[in-house]
Amino acid sequence: MNKSWWKILCVVLLVYTVVAGLLLPVPALRQLQETIRNLYFHVCMWFAMMILFTVSLVHSIKYLRSLDLRQDIKAQHNASTGVLLGLLGYATGAIWASYTWADPNNPAYASFGSIVREPKLIGAAMALLIYFAYFVLRSSITDIDKKARVSAVYNIFAYAMLFPSIWIIPRLLPSLHPGQEGNPALNFNDIDARMRLVFYPGVIGWTLLGVWITTIKIRLHLHTEKKWLNA
Amino acid sequence: MRNTSSFLLFLFFLVMVAIPGFSQSSEPAEMADTMRSNGKIYVVIAVILTILGGLILYLVRLDKKISRLEKSDR
Repeated sequence: MNKSWWKILCVVLLVYTVVAGLLLPVPALRQLQETIRNLYFHVCMWFAMMILFTVSLVHSIKYLRSLDLRQDIKAQHNASTGVLLGLLGYATGAIWASYTWADPNNPAYASFGSIVREPKLIGAAMALLIYFAYFVLRSSITDIDKKARVSAVYNIFAYAMLFPSIWIIPRLLPSLHPGQEGNPALNFNDIDARMRLVFYPGVIGWTLLGVWITTIKIRLHLHTEKKWLNA
Repeated sequence: MRNTSSFLLFLFFLVMVAIPGFSQSSEPAEMADTMRSNGKIYVVIAVILTILGGLILYLVRLDKKISRLEKSDR
């Protein structure tokens, strides 16, 4: 095993996130109650996804500058782990929302339709679908160099599409999702100081776990393709 | 050899977590231990930590396997 300090840090931070995340006091809010602790898990998924997509973008640009296939492999696996984390963020958000947004006294919230019409959900689904298309594109081109070049360009487009679909449009439309007027969980006025104590380590811990998974996938891929890469 | 020892360590952790459960019948109810306090939230923590531990153990073993593969390359 490649011993690295950041792998140990990752484990320590995740254990801390779980223990402190469930035990430390949190603000008592009427609607969220204890579910506010989901911030340490649900929001961290999206942060880690965004960071991995950014790393993937950097590798795609590096590929286009150098035409080194290793960079393409790195871009691919960063994006795939990012999609995994995005799906987990989406699933956890679905569970969370179904217990906090559905207000029995408001008939509009009770229906499935109002949740489906959430701009944040549509935007996140769009962003993930654009990244799914990245993998469809990759597997549809058989020529290795052409595949790498086309998908690197597409990856830059996909990253650019993240901004309107998950950052801009959901803010312009009315939504039940918190953080409408700024960056959810980053705004110093709406996150409690006690929660930041767990939230920031949580973001780092979950991101490092994503990076760890990604490095394992990259190393395996580089190993299987070594005949190509060293030729 | 090292895999076996890490597995034993993990088993030991599981047993440590389970021990408070056995002590229930012999002790009066007021002596309830940590695992039964605070609405049994510690049980939830134990469950999540077990899952996290299992996942990380899995990752560590994958990592080791790939390192072995990489070593055989050179």
